[in-house]
Amino acid sequence: MRRSRAETDANHAKLSRRAALLGGAQLLFMGGLAARMRYLQVDQADQFRLLAEENRINIRLIPPVRGEIFDRNGMQLAQNVPSYRIVMVREDAGDVEAVMMRLAKLINLSPEQTARALEELNQNTARFLPITIAEDVSWEAVSAVSVNAPALPGVTPEVGSTRVYPRGSDFAHVVGRVGRVSPKDLEALEDPDAVLRIPRFQIGKINVEAREESLLRGVAGTKQVEVNATGRVMRELERREGQSGADLQLTVDAKLQNYVQARLMGESAAVVIMDCENGDILANSSAPSYDPNLFIGGILSKDYDPLLNDKYRPLVNKTVQGAYPPGSTFKMMTAMAAIEAGIIGPDETVYCPGHLEVGGRRFHCWKRGGHGWVDLETSLKRSCDVYYYDLALKVGIEKISAMSNRFGLGIKHDLALSSVNSGLTPTKEWKLRQRGEQWVIGDTVNASIGQGFMLASPLQLAVMTARLATGREVTPRLVKSVNGIEQPVKGNGPLDMRETNLRKMRKSMYSVVNDRRGTAYRSRIIADGMRMAGKTGTSQVRSAVVNNNEVPWEQRDHALFVSFAPYENPRYACAVLVEHGGGGSTAAAPIARDVMLQALYDGEPPLEAYPTADRGRIKTQQRKLRDVQPEARVKKGKDQA
Amino acid sequence: MSYLEYTVKSVPTGLRKVLFLNWPLVLLLTAVAGTGFLMLYSVAGGGYDPWAAPQMKRFGLGVVLMLAVGLVPIWMWRNLAGVAYGISIMLLVAVEFFGAVGMGAQRWIDLGVIRLQPSELTKITLVMFLAAYYDWLPAKKTSRPFWVLLPLLIIFVPTALVLKQPDLGTAILLLAAGGGLMFLAGVHWAYFATVIAAGLALVTAVFQSRGTSWQMLKDYQFRRIDTFLDPSSDPLGAGYHITQSKIALGSGGWTGRGFMQGTQSRLNFLPEKHTDFIFTTLAEEFGFIGGISLLALYALIILFCVFSAIMNKDRFASLLTLGIALNFFLFFAVNMSMVMGLAPVVGVPLPLVSYGGSAMLVLMLAFGLVQSAHVHRPR
Repeated sequence: MRRSRAETDANHAKLSRRAALLGGAQLLFMGGLAARMRYLQVDQADQFRLLAEENRINIRLIPPVRGEIFDRNGMQLAQNVPSYRIVMVREDAGDVEAVMMRLAKLINLSPEQTARALEELNQNTARFLPITIAEDVSWEAVSAVSVNAPALPGVTPEVGSTRVYPRGSDFAHVVGRVGRVSPKDLEALEDPDAVLRIPRFQIGKINVEAREESLLRGVAGTKQVEVNATGRVMRELERREGQSGADLQLTVDAKLQNYVQARLMGESAAVVIMDCENGDILANSSAPSYDPNLFIGGILSKDYDPLLNDKYRPLVNKTVQGAYPPGSTFKMMTAMAAIEAGIIGPDETVYCPGHLEVGGRRFHCWKRGGHGWVDLETSLKRSCDVYYYDLALKVGIEKISAMSNRFGLGIKHDLALSSVNSGLTPTKEWKLRQRGEQWVIGDTVNASIGQGFMLASPLQLAVMTARLATGREVTPRLVKSVNGIEQPVKGNGPLDMRETNLRKMRKSMYSVVNDRRGTAYRSRIIADGMRMAGKTGTSQVRSAVVNNNEVPWEQRDHALFVSFAPYENPRYACAVLVEHGGGGSTAAAPIARDVMLQALYDGEPPLEAYPTADRGRIKTQQRKLRDVQPEARVKKGKDQA
Repeated sequence: MSYLEYTVKSVPTGLRKVLFLNWPLVLLLTAVAGTGFLMLYSVAGGGYDPWAAPQMKRFGLGVVLMLAVGLVPIWMWRNLAGVAYGISIMLLVAVEFFGAVGMGAQRWIDLGVIRLQPSELTKITLVMFLAAYYDWLPAKKTSRPFWVLLPLLIIFVPTALVLKQPDLGTAILLLAAGGGLMFLAGVHWAYFATVIAAGLALVTAVFQSRGTSWQMLKDYQFRRIDTFLDPSSDPLGAGYHITQSKIALGSGGWTGRGFMQGTQSRLNFLPEKHTDFIFTTLAEEFGFIGGISLLALYALIILFCVFSAIMNKDRFASLLTLGIALNFFLFFAVNMSMVMGLAPVVGVPLPLVSYGGSAMLVLMLAFGLVQSAHVHRPR
């Protein structure tokens, strides 16, 4: 087939044209690709670089070591001890079931544990992630696993840290306890620390552990690891060490606290003893108590239910959470309000016929026969009620409440404990606002002897007594030092009250204990320079006047006693409350004396400090309490049963 | 001008032909393949195994094949065009019955020595046959309806068979290459307008068929289209590939993260990092500079082919060269568009760079034809 040259050339020219056209189109498309590449790689490079880094870099937290807690003498109250767990990596184990059977035999795992571990191993999608087989295993089990490592591929013991409270139940109501972070804990926080999301991480749940959480927790370290698409860690890129939590030294004295807890055994009671000088809380005991160690790994209901159902309420911190009518221990406040206002002189007398008629209602004195003519000292010594009814009617509730506020009642003290109660010092305005009722004169009469609406916690009563004893604004303090740095003493300025009035109060309180006719005479201290001053209180729970022994426990009166010692140079203030204990002079004052002496002598006091008549009984009691040694419990790994 | 007409005397003979090969083109191909070796070495974590070494051997074999094909006179290939096309069709039919299933499609026949992908071969034989057809057809008949229908049939038969496998990517490439060749041969504009209109109608039909009894694509193909249109809709599922590919590409920046420092590929965030997505590894490790360099190499290959074709007065040789260049272009253009998120993930490898035996050998064979056309051009 011949074609003319012209035709061939024409054809070729057309072909060349179209070839150029198509080639041009191809180059144009390539230009488009180049532009797209530029857009992705240059214009958007930063964004994609970030995404690539997000892909490959995982930030893992290194949990910080929690700070430990010590008493004022350096005794350990909360410590961290190593705990062991056994983990298995499916990928390294090979035949998971065979390894599991060998392991179960070696460290005595129960069939349920084995089954649960196997299930978890099979569920886990990432074969390289370690799965916890057994937690909290003994050191023996760890050694057994290490020795038999060749027969147990993929199985390794890991060491962690557990919180232990070596003093057992003594400090449950001071140090508190830690526990695993719950969803509720996370919800409560606005911006929860990422470290809280680490499995098994523990935070303070109550008391010092919870309130000083920010100091104790420390700061988590981070490590950046490179992971591949399946999440396997390829290498560590960067490690930033965290900061351990701060060690706290509390003002409490473990020895004294232990004594107090032992002394309160069998009672539902609370004792606060504080240093009058600087407000240091030396002992803060609420009985009965419980062992916080039970809660660490999550408490079993067989342990928890008895605590919850006990009518003595061991879970409640009665020293700060409890608010009780202060009863006659409040009389100092009524008196101070009256004499500071100049309404009555300390030596002026009031006649007590055994009752007082107010607004058509008859208010009784505890002594039906009456006390006759009484001045301040006598009225306090013998706890005459009518004297205080009379004073209250003259001075009014507002002044009484204001005065008690200055002594620390009705005020929420800032102490590193959970649920600190502010108590209640009622006013007319309060009653109208809270109850929607007008204040009546009878309310004032009731309040004057610490009944009615008046409520105070044992802590507040101890603070009140310390302030009476020193005339200064003693403020309670629980944390002595943080990481060895002494914490400042709070408040402690002068109360700005007439010294003669304060001296009169102290003198009257001295009579309560040391005068033969005083209500607490039987609980006096006879050692020189150790004399105790105080005030008994018996606060009514029920309205009818019936003998305490004839009513069930729940309806008996609360027994209270506040005191300070030594009278000449006050060092310690103490408040004792025995729930439904009956009379303050019989149930609370003896405890206060024992505790006070224990504090004054920094240990077991000589029998000579007690009145001769009591020595035999005290000797027996001391011997009995001496056997209650501090419960030094350093947790050892539990054997797998 | 047909091969019978030019002065055969002016064509080099014997081993002298070697001097007249298109050596710049050989150099360019080697440079591209070298880039491939480098990337395969990198994605293996710095090792010749398992990908770089076999790929180098195959390229060596490919170069030999190219030279061998290139030294055979072009008119021999022209005579074989019909036979080659026929064999391709037969093989395509054969895979329907004896083909092994890979990646959810029937695509290859295991010959024991090599897994033969007839669809790869068809890309070349189709172009050869069409070039021969238009060389034979008098130019004035080119745009007559009957003579337009005939090449359409030539294109549709293999396309339909490939689509049946189903391999949408290759089917589209065959259509585009065939259409491109018809355009080069000088078929009237009006036909292309008609075809484009018909194509749009077909696309509409395909989308309409979704969920009906006459559904024209497999579900996975529809999903690929969906994720292409909106990769963020399924970032961890089907959209994962495109998303991770764009991240790898973008994180390269101007100069890249450095050789063997690409985190996306090294840590397996990239899928198919040694085959379809190898370009992303290159762009991640060598950045925009690296990516644009490879694109420039490809552009030069296309340009050399186009110039060689324009210089060649032989119609068959010219059309064949342009058709192969177009095929080559379609390969890398579709692959790059895919990894840059401009086209759906259709499973087209990056020519000469992606790991893969049969695709590389077929390509080198095709460039052998280009060399043959170049060496035996009328002077």
